[in-house]
Amino acid sequence: MSESILTAPAGEQRRAIPPEQRIKEAVIRLAGNSQDGIQAIGGFLARLAGRSEQEVMTFMTIPSTISGGPSIFQVRLGSGEVLSAGDEADMLVAFYQHSYDQHLNSLRKGGVVLYDSDHVEANPEWQQDYRHVGVAISSLTVEAIGGTAKDKGKNVFVLGLLAKIFDLNLPRLEQLIRERFGGKSDSVVNSALSSFHAGYAFSIGDLMETFAFADSQKRTRPQVVMNGNEALAYGLIAAGVRFGAGYPITPWSDIMELLRRELPKYGGSFIQCEDEIASVAMALGASYGGRVAVTGSSGPGISLKAEAIGWGVMAEVPLVIIDVQRGGPSTGLPTNVEQSDLNIACFGGHGDSPRVVLAPASVEDCFYTAIESVNLARKYSVPVILLTDQAIATRIEAFEEPDFAAVCQDISPDLSPIPDAKPYDLSEALGVPKHAAPGTRVLSGKYPIVTGLEHDELGHPSASPRLHSQMTAKRRRKLQALARSLPRPTVYGPPEGHVLLVGWGSTQGPIREAVDRARAAGDSVSALHIRYLNPLPNGLEEIFSGFHQILVVELNDEGLYGYGQLAAMLRARYCDARIQGVNKCDGLTFKVKEILAVLQNKLAASKANPKI
Amino acid sequence: MSAIVVDPPTETLSTAPPDSLAERKGLTKKEIAADHPTWCPGCGDFSVLALYFKLIEKRKLWHEQITTVAGIGCSSRFPYFVQAHGVHFIHGRALSFASGVSLSRPDLHVFVFGGDGDAFSIGGNHFTHTARKNIKLTYVVMDNWVYGLTKKQTSPTSPKGFKSKTDLWGAIDQPINPMKQAISAGATFVARTTHTNPNHVLQMMEAAMDHDGFGFIECLSECVEFYPGAFDPSNPRKGGVFNLVPKEHDVTDEIAAYRLANEPFPGYFGVFYQQQRPTKNRLEAKVNEDARQRVPGLADWQILKQSFDRMK
Ligand SMILES: Cc1ncc(C[n+]2csc(CCOP(=O)(O)OP(=O)(O)O)c2C)c(N)n1
Ligand code: SF4
Ligand SMILES: [Mg+2]
Repeated sequence: MSESILTAPAGEQRRAIPPEQRIKEAVIRLAGNSQDGIQAIGGFLARLAGRSEQEVMTFMTIPSTISGGPSIFQVRLGSGEVLSAGDEADMLVAFYQHSYDQHLNSLRKGGVVLYDSDHVEANPEWQQDYRHVGVAISSLTVEAIGGTAKDKGKNVFVLGLLAKIFDLNLPRLEQLIRERFGGKSDSVVNSALSSFHAGYAFSIGDLMETFAFADSQKRTRPQVVMNGNEALAYGLIAAGVRFGAGYPITPWSDIMELLRRELPKYGGSFIQCEDEIASVAMALGASYGGRVAVTGSSGPGISLKAEAIGWGVMAEVPLVIIDVQRGGPSTGLPTNVEQSDLNIACFGGHGDSPRVVLAPASVEDCFYTAIESVNLARKYSVPVILLTDQAIATRIEAFEEPDFAAVCQDISPDLSPIPDAKPYDLSEALGVPKHAAPGTRVLSGKYPIVTGLEHDELGHPSASPRLHSQMTAKRRRKLQALARSLPRPTVYGPPEGHVLLVGWGSTQGPIREAVDRARAAGDSVSALHIRYLNPLPNGLEEIFSGFHQILVVELNDEGLYGYGQLAAMLRARYCDARIQGVNKCDGLTFKVKEILAVLQNKLAASKANPKI
Repeated sequence: MSAIVVDPPTETLSTAPPDSLAERKGLTKKEIAADHPTWCPGCGDFSVLALYFKLIEKRKLWHEQITTVAGIGCSSRFPYFVQAHGVHFIHGRALSFASGVSLSRPDLHVFVFGGDGDAFSIGGNHFTHTARKNIKLTYVVMDNWVYGLTKKQTSPTSPKGFKSKTDLWGAIDQPINPMKQAISAGATFVARTTHTNPNHVLQMMEAAMDHDGFGFIECLSECVEFYPGAFDPSNPRKGGVFNLVPKEHDVTDEIAAYRLANEPFPGYFGVFYQQQRPTKNRLEAKVNEDARQRVPGLADWQILKQSFDRMK
């Protein structure tokens, strides 16, 4: 029997768990204050899961918090594919009264609330619906560590409790604790281990039953654990990006901070600029220098970059622009999620300015979409906007380690002399320009100008009516060529049925989970996830033709005319009245049950009148 | 010229330089000139262009060693007239773009040309930060005290009382003093010249190019269309005086430089301020060297793997 990392090794440490207590998954919500190291517990659990040889995944939401304020962290551990953060928690760990009061409603009926009895007074009215387990977390931690440590190791004490409750792998957790505190003094590591052991040794079994995760399939490749911003930034590095520029804004800042720290190791640089306009301009300068660069921001900063992105479209200079979406407009909801920048990404420029827009669907996908963005920018010499969002940026997932040697690419420019330079050659079949980076010697002696004025084939200004029409068409044609080459997305579920749920970006998980649940209940529902948003892949109408209703699920408002941003685009493109929207903009990710609720209404309508 | 020009580019013939580098002679004016400039006859910008050609000839710069970058304005059309790699970017952001080129392509010398509105109004913030970061490039602002391309609006350097289309009764706002602006922003090379003194322009361009850092020149360049005679008091041929920066002026003395800049028009011409301070290009290279030492001999994919190993 192979050793499982998530669960305790066989032998004396492994308790005999009755089969009914073997669980497939658990959603645990931790609620406290940000200084309590709540997120550290989540990190430990995620890493533990990531190191497991089993098909175990974690899925977390970290609502950004101002330091010192209330903080929560939700972990979903499962021995199987975990699609979303989980609507309801199976267990709530409440450190304070406010944590208890505010988060009890996130617990499913019959779920366990494990509370710090030093701080929380249980509400008798709630005791019927929820299992209450009080542990004097604070005083037991102080007792375990002793001295003046106060209750600083509470989080690790709780980790010990959880390790016991869920029969987690003790030696691996100890190792993770050592790694995490290893940089600090011995006494720090020892205190952490003491409180962890105290939690583990606590006789929780007297208060509640304990569980263990069912064994699941073995993994072939090792897992890595990170959030979407990290995956995206490392994807850019793998893609060969060696220059970036940006200005801080939540939730994009992590990406620039990571690139600032990491790029020098690869001989690259990330520059913090005075504002977003300078950032996009500087990145365009580096791209013009011959190697596609990156800039990024969140809503307000994307607005500022609009003019320069238009220059990139006109001058046909490649660039990758990351937009980590948050609630807008204006400063909006800086630390909440929304998918409301699709319009600005696709259409946010004056003039006819076609550009490429992509959205990753998961943390792992952030890594690969970043690489793809770079390659599309290069291949079509065009700005590419990568739309992620606050939810995917901050949530942590475990995924298979990439094949490093295979994904890392060298994209340094070729500066060897060329006979002739004609960047905007109209006879190019696909309409893709050929730029000669500065430093390239042009033997004809005629050098190209890269410009935002409408231009002739050499880049010299021209307002000839014929040229403007031809050049505008050329900039459009190359993206039509891209559309033809895009893979048609595959339907999740059967290709025919009553309802097709269409989504994009970070909502893939809850949408798929909604499909799974609806199908399990006997409903005829499938899903389609669109990764390439501009241009859209060809052939979607054929997919749509298999369904009575097409519901576009997005985290944005239904707009003046009743359709969300993707729904409106799809309706404009396909003139298909079956396309309707499922929208919300409360700043939170979709819960599976929210999607299911709308679905039930639509299904009822569809069954009543199948011709709709 | 005033608005966007629509005539087709003039073809300029040039002979391809011989292939072997050793055999290559310096470029001739014919090989450096591209489209015929679209400026109004008599515009001061012509001399700046002519002297840029001179600089390239004299210093034996090759096409592939330089890039000419500009924003938007009459003066910013500059790159079209130069037969070399060039960029016509957007209004006010040329310096940021050029910084991206300079920082990512240390093998190139980046020259930036533009107007006073481009530099000090819409691009004011970028001017400040490019100066303080001491990014290696040469920046010539062709200051005509007016918006030329958009036909005579008040510019940030228009003196009080200048009657423009947006200040019919005469400009009322305090103008920017480019010298003071540059010095206080932390520019490491700050010089002033005027298009009517070609030798001096060339001298300043050479000094700016040789300066290891952000080399800034304010070059008075008359807009004969919308602000004729603006600089006559600095032109001896028009009865004015051209005063060189006094010999005893210490260019490393920031306060003295500031005092020079405070002189009423026509003031002084020459290098006001110069300081040796590491460029951002160098500082970033140092950051990279240090970082590389922590990953000796590793291929890129191995460095990435190392990072991912820590996230297991
Ligand atoms: C974002 C933006 N705003 C305004 C303009 C219009 N515009 C073009 S050039 C210019 C001012 C030019 O003045 P200056 O920089 O002094 O150059 P000059 O023409 O005098 O050489 C303006 C306002 C523009 N092109 N882009
Ligand atoms: S700056 Fe004045 S003189 Fe020169 S081209 Fe423009 S409008 Fe004509
Ligand atoms: Mg001007």
